[in-house]
This record gives sequence, C-alpha cells and structure tokens, in this order.
Amino acid sequence: MQRAAALVRRGCYPRTLGPWGRGQSSAAAEASAVLKVRPERSRRDRILTLESMNPQVKAVEYAVRGPIVLKAGEIELELQRGIKKPFTEVIRANIGDAQAMGQQPITFLRQVMALCTYPNLLDSPSFPEDAKKRARRILQACGGNSLGSYSASQGVNCIREDVAAYVTRRDGGVPADPDNIYLTTGASDGISTILKILVSGGGKSRTGVMIPIPQYPLYSAVISELDAIQVNYYLDEDNCWALNVNELRRAVREAKEHCDPKVLCIINPGNPTGQVQSRKCIEDVIHFAWEEKLFLLADEVYQDNVYSPDCRFHSFKKVLYEMGPEYSSNVELASFHSTSKGYMGECGYRGGYMEVINLHPEIKGQLVKLLSVRLCPPVSGQAAMDIVVNPPVPGEESFEQFSREKESVLGNLARKAKLTEDLFNQVPGIHCNPLQGAMYAFPRIFIPAKAMEAAQAHKMAPDMFYCMKLLEETGICVVPGSGFGQREGTYHFRMTILPPVEKLKTVLQKVKDFHIKFLEKYA
Amino acid sequence: MALRTGDHSQAATNGLKEKVLTLDTMNPCVRKVEYAVRGPIVLRALELEQELRQGVKKPFTEVIRANIGDAQAMGQTPITFLRQVLALCVHPDLLNSPDFPDDAKRRAERILQACGGHSLGAYSISSGTQLIREDVARYIERRDGGIPADPNNIFLSTGASDAIVTLLKLLVAGEGGTRTGVLIPIPQYPLYSAALAELNAVQVDYYLDEERAWALDVAELRRALLQARDHCRPRALCIINPGNPTGQVQTRECIEAVIRFAFEEGLFLLADEVYQDNVYAEGSQFHSFKKVLTEMGPPYATRQELASFHSVSKGYMGECGFRGGYVEVVNMDAAVQQQMQKLRSVRLCPPTPGQVLLDVAVSPPAPSDPSFAQFQAERRAVLAELAAKAKLTEQVFNEAPGIRCNPVQGAMYSFPRVQLPPRAVQRAQELGLAPDMFFCLRLLEETGICVVPGSGFGQREGTYHFRMTILPPMEKLRPLLETLSQFHAKFTREYS
Repeated sequence: MQRAAALVRRGCYPRTLGPWGRGQSSAAAEASAVLKVRPERSRRDRILTLESMNPQVKAVEYAVRGPIVLKAGEIELELQRGIKKPFTEVIRANIGDAQAMGQQPITFLRQVMALCTYPNLLDSPSFPEDAKKRARRILQACGGNSLGSYSASQGVNCIREDVAAYVTRRDGGVPADPDNIYLTTGASDGISTILKILVSGGGKSRTGVMIPIPQYPLYSAVISELDAIQVNYYLDEDNCWALNVNELRRAVREAKEHCDPKVLCIINPGNPTGQVQSRKCIEDVIHFAWEEKLFLLADEVYQDNVYSPDCRFHSFKKVLYEMGPEYSSNVELASFHSTSKGYMGECGYRGGYMEVINLHPEIKGQLVKLLSVRLCPPVSGQAAMDIVVNPPVPGEESFEQFSREKESVLGNLARKAKLTEDLFNQVPGIHCNPLQGAMYAFPRIFIPAKAMEAAQAHKMAPDMFYCMKLLEETGICVVPGSGFGQREGTYHFRMTILPPVEKLKTVLQKVKDFHIKFLEKYA
Repeated sequence: MALRTGDHSQAATNGLKEKVLTLDTMNPCVRKVEYAVRGPIVLRALELEQELRQGVKKPFTEVIRANIGDAQAMGQTPITFLRQVLALCVHPDLLNSPDFPDDAKRRAERILQACGGHSLGAYSISSGTQLIREDVARYIERRDGGIPADPNNIFLSTGASDAIVTLLKLLVAGEGGTRTGVLIPIPQYPLYSAALAELNAVQVDYYLDEERAWALDVAELRRALLQARDHCRPRALCIINPGNPTGQVQTRECIEAVIRFAFEEGLFLLADEVYQDNVYAEGSQFHSFKKVLTEMGPPYATRQELASFHSVSKGYMGECGFRGGYVEVVNMDAAVQQQMQKLRSVRLCPPTPGQVLLDVAVSPPAPSDPSFAQFQAERRAVLAELAAKAKLTEQVFNEAPGIRCNPVQGAMYSFPRVQLPPRAVQRAQELGLAPDMFFCLRLLEETGICVVPGSGFGQREGTYHFRMTILPPMEKLRPLLETLSQFHAKFTREYS
C-alpha cells in the first residue's frame, strides 16, 4: 500500500523542455551553454551509479534468481574448490527448469529442430519421414529457407497457422484466427509486451495491474519497471488457493482510490501455488473482468501440467467463447503459452506465443510496430513451438515413441507432485496444499518466535532466513515465499518437483529433517 | 453461459463497445515509437507480394526486400561448421553419426557439458553460459591484441538490440530538465530512436558529415551536447561503427577524439560494433572502442564507462533468426553491474541456440582443425562477395545523375543521397508524405524494389536519401541498381 502511494506521488509527468526553452538569441544561448554545469571533473564519479540509474529498474526484484540463488552459486563454487560442507552438491530446486534436473527432451522435437538447423540431414536415413516433412514445411516458410533469417515480427506465418489450429483443437472447435497469434521469446516476452502497451496515465489515473498473491514474480518485476501500480488480490490458502471473486472485488474497490485498475492477471494452473481453477471460477473471473472493464491476461503456460484426476484445464479463450457473444465479443483477453513447461521443458529455446482476443485493430497495429523494433523472436524457438502444437498424430511413424515419451514425462511429474504433497504434509509445522498442476510445491511453514527474532537480527524476512539456513545446512535451494507474496504473518517457500524421483525423495527427507531440527533449535 | 439475469443494466452502463485498450488509453510512449526498417513501406511491400501471389499483374515479377540487413533471406548460405556444431548440440544422438567432423563433435560436447542437464533445453544463467562468456572474452582479447577481457563483464543477449535496450534502460532517469539525454548519430539505426521514445528519454541528435564520407566531428558532438543541456541531462553517447545506415568506418583518431570527448563531458559510451567483421574499403580498418580506450591509458582506460555490442546477425555469419549477441561492459560501477544482472534475470536467459552460434563464431576452427579449410573458404567467400557488392553499389549509384553515394566502407548498406525535384517534394507534401517516402513508395509500386526512405534514419533538413542493402544475390544486384537509377531518372523527368 505504501509502495502504491509512493508510486502515485511520483506519477508520470510529460517530458517537456526545461525552463529555459528556446527563446534566446544564438549568442546568448552559446554563452549560457558554456556556463552550463558540467559533471564534476575533480572528483570523477562514475556517470552510471545506483543514485543516477533508472529508479524503476532499481525497484525491480525477481526472487526466482534472486539473493538465495546467488548464495547457492557461491556455495557451489566453494564445493568446487574443495571446501567441506554437510552436503556434496547444491540442489537447484528454485527454478522451473525440467531439463536442468535431468528430464529428457522429446526426441521428435529435437529431430525436427536438428533437421531445420542443418538441412543436409534431410538426406540422412537416420531421421523419420514425418520429422523431415515438418522440417521442410518450416524451412519453406522461412526467408532463404533458413532458420537464420529474421521472420516476420509476429512470427513465421505457417507456425502461427499451426498454433491457431492447435488452439482450435484444444478448445473443442472454438475458432482461433492466426492473425491473433503472436509468437514470442518465451511467454515472459509476450506478457511484458502486453503490459507495456497497457500502462499509461499519471497520479491517480496511473494504470493498476491486478495480480494474484502469491504470484510468479515476473509480474511484479515488470510492473516495477513500467512504474505501473501493483494491485494485489489474495488467493485463498485455506481453500486450495481458490480465487474468490469477492476478493477481486475488494482489491479493485480499494485500488480505485489511488490508481486506474485496467488489467487483471491470472495464472492457471498457478505458479507458485499449483492450483487448477474450476470452470466456474474462470467464468466468474471473466464476468468480473467484463463488469469492471478489465483487460484479462491469462498465463496458461502450465496447461499441459495438470495432475489431479479431479481437475481439468479450462482455457480462458474457450470459456469466454462459450459464455456467449456479450462476453466473447467484448472482453479483451491475452492468453500465453510457452515451450518451457508442459512435457517439453524446452526453456533454453525461448519459445512461446500469445493469442489476443478482441483487441482493437489499431492496437494490433501498435503491437506489431512495437515488436518490429526487436525484429523477431528466435526462429529456433518458433520452430520448437511449432512442433509442440503440431506433434505426431496416430498413424505417423513417430507417434508411438512420441506418445510414450510424453506420457512418461507427465506421469513422472504427476507422481512427484503427489509424493511431494504427501511427504510435506507428514512434517509437523509444514502444510502443503494439493499440487493440482504446474511444477511447484508452495508449502506453508511454521516459524517459531525465536527464529523470527533471529531473522530480524539478520535483517532478513523470516522465510528468507529459513531458506538460507536450509541451503547452508543441506545444499537445497528453494525460494522464500516472500519472493512471491503471501498473507501477512504467513511464511512459505517454493520448491520445484523436478529432481528425479529418487533424488526428490532424498531432498524431501532432508527438508523434513531440517525442519524438525529448525523447530527444535528455535523452540 | 449466457449473460446473467439482472446484468442488463450493467450492460447499459458499461459502454460495452468501448475497449479498455485503445490508441487513447495505451502507453503514450509506445505510441510514439517508430521503426522504419519494418515500417509502412515494408507493410506495402507485403501487400504487393500478396497481390503477386494472387496473380495480380504488376510491372515486376517479384518484390526485392532490400530494406533489411538479413543476408540469409537474400540467399547467403550459413557457415557449415556453425550449423554442424549447433545441430550436434540440438540432437546429441548425432554425436554418433559419421556425417559430422570430429572437431564439430568436440565443440558440441564441450558446450553441452557446460549446459544444465547437458541440454540446450535448460535455461542458462542470465548473463549466458559461463563457458561461452569465457570464449567471448578470449575472442575479444585476440581481437584487441591481448588486452584482457573479463568474462564477468560479458553479458550474452538476444541479439545486440536486447543488450542495447538494457543499457539504455539502466541509464534513463530524472524528470523534466534532468531527464536523461542520449546522443545518437544522424543518420542512425532506428532501434535507438525507438528505444528512447519507448523509455521516454530525450533524443539528442548529432549529425554525421555527409560531405566527408559521414565523418564524425567532435565539434558537432559539442554543439549537440551544449544545446541539449538546455532541456535535459545528457548522460550517454551512442556510436555505430561501422555505421548503419551510413557504412563509414571511423578512423582511430576519430575514436580517440570521441573517447576524450565522452570522458570530458561525463558521457557513458555505447559502441555498437555489430559490423566489426564487415569492413571492405582499402585503407579502412575496424578499431574497437575497448582497444582504443585501453591504449589511451588512464584516466580513460580506468574510468571511461563503455558498453560494446556485437551480434551473430551480421559479419560473415548472417544468423539473424537465432538472435545471438553480447555486450562487454567496461569500467561499469560494480553495484550497477549487479543491477544489470538482476534486470537480465527477470527474462531468465538469452536463447541457447544463439549462444551456441556465438560461441562458434568467436572461436572458429584453428588451422590444425579438420573443418578449418572449408570454414575459411566459406567465410572468405561471404566477405569477398559483400565487398564486391559494396563496391558495385557505390559505383553504379555514382554513375546516375542526381544520385550520390558515399563510399560503402563497411556494414551492409548504401545510403545514397537523391535529388528530388521541387514539384515532387510538393506532391509529397500534398499527400502528407515525407518526400523520400513518396519516392520510395513510387519506386516500390513501379519496380518492386523495397528500400527504406532516409527520413526513417534521420538526415539533414532538405536532403533526401534511401537505405538499400547490398545483399541481393550478385547476379541480381547490378540490374536492380540500374533499374533503381533509371526509375530515379524517370521520376525526375516526371516532376520537372
């Protein structure tokens, strides 16, 4: 709230000429120019310092790769140098990077990528025909038939068509227009771009962006950078991180006092919280957005990561459409997907797309213009996205292996989700909501009063203190809940479920042992 | 699910047809952004291509996209070794294939070892894979005659554009009269003006001297700076060398003078050096800002803040689509460098395939490697062809009355000056178009040749230019240049 007020005070002033303007004669101008203050020469400070740099950038935080991860890096270096620790390796359970933790890439995807990268391989007998067919199709759509050309800024045409076809299939026939599809450098790029276009106004009319608490801290980081107003709405931990429209209403009502709420972000399946919202909930959110005239951002990068048999992924696009034309012709929506999660885990390729619905045609023009400055998203990532949306189908040579690999990855993740939830819930002082989807556990931890004091003495948030101790004593790197946001007085950490099963069991056991010791120590 | 009962009153008060996001409600800074390289003329070119595909008859059979520095789109072939190493990294099964040379395999294995999970699919650390940054540092040291480069000062990026925007973002602060001003060359590559518009920073133009082959004059820098201090706080000076669109390669003396000026005036230097491998003219040589800075000794070497940018999109590689690049920061405040690392971390990491290509580009095959001969031959062929095209372009344009083309010393573009008759200028004004946009649109409609008007890059008032790439295939280039010259002559006659 304080931050919001501070931001309101700063506002967004038009950048105009200074008081001197241009009314002087050229001689006078010259003279006064010579007298203009030059930077101090005698005590030569750097030009770019913490004081002189962009204050909005300074305000940015991103816990997923923040202080605890830097500490983990230091500890790894120490281990490399042979310094003795109570553990032999650092377990990076801080980031949703499946392949870094040993998950195998999907063979078909890499085959098509290799063929696109080095088309000589199209003559090789070691590649299946269906992979070659897809590679040829992609290459033909590229300038000079090469991944090395810039694509159109919106992305390669045939890939956008494939994405539209995928979305249509996924949504049971609800049509998707390729013209509404924008390929992006990971989903983060699309989210950042849409938020950028949305943010305007000054003082009390500065754009407010509603985000879930807990959230994936890309949102708060971009909001900081853009000097927009962050409007928190709390997910209900006691109800499996459910989204309550009354809470949305509360948040927007309070926000209207100091900003212009224009945007509502929702992450489904949730990160870090792992809940999969019900269809009713999604309808309620859409209705709310319609009522309050909010632009909806639906972060759906975990749409393939649904584990609970009682849950299903409902795409915002589909639900919107099925709610009838009053909503489907009016509510402005952007949905995001990525190659980084799901069963693919292709984080490094930076592939993603967004589908925009009901955007004003002039805005679409502005969007393409903005994207054109950065030329295009990496074409290799676009190709990866293409394979994700256009995988082998029954009857194709690669179908069986593809299906097996996909099921194996998803089955594995589901097992690990359950394992994690169950094990954490056996630990006194830890409570873990069901991991219905995504890739993370976000258990709540009880931190005794003495530990809170110790944390304060170290000038750390209590859960940061806890996580630092965990890291130092076990080598396990997780991210404190304060990095994602949480209700005042509650503490959590986010841990990925990505280490291989056996290692995961060990990790969970170690966390359990640590927690019990921690409780005893600070009793 | 239909509209709920009782909500119809809501519908009435909602003003439902009005959108949340319109031109009026959008980010005003984004609205001001322009990027001519893919701007209106290119949109028209796309329409024409569409019409051709639909069988509409035109005075030409194809649209020539001479608007963008994309070599492979115009038929340049990728370097075999680069693609081999990348393919091996993408699909490590190929490490067992007899179709790949051993040195490519060793490279791929080395890179994969340095990746999380030994896979390109893992995020790298945000500044880029450690091993690759070390290789980039070694490249810089070799390039700069042994002057040390620290891998910790190197940040890999999603093309050079990404890193340039990051630096500008860090630099922009203040309000009103203290708002950050950034000096940029006119003519410039319009990423700079676009980024400054988006960041709501103050663009401060300094003019390159067309009469002296686009030379950079410190007196002009001084003029621009002093005027700028009236209304903003100039904090940074951008220089593109070799130049885009202008193609000049600055002399060492010039670079020293710029460094001295920047130091005296307290300006952070941004040196866009993506064309460092594209130097064609006899007597021209690329001098890296880092090298010159260091050789100037203290206080410059130890205190002048500098960021130098490079990319895999240009040079002999032409791997635009992979979005590979890096920035080396020199004498950056340590706390700011941490902030930069933090800012980069929000977007996780640059694309790993682009990182791989960069790695191979900065550590190419050595003479003793099996792939050396082919690599060298391909590299030489690409650069020789570019040099020949640069020369041809300059020559043909200078044969045309009313077209004057400065020497294309480097980069990938010609930026000729065209005389436009007053009646044409008038006609353009009637149509609400910049005169050179009018010229370029007519050129496009009548010949299918798509170039970018000089107004998209900036130029002295009353002068008109266009930027054309030298990239069309050699056999097409001369006819294209001649067609363009003929069109200009016809246009001149029409409006005389």
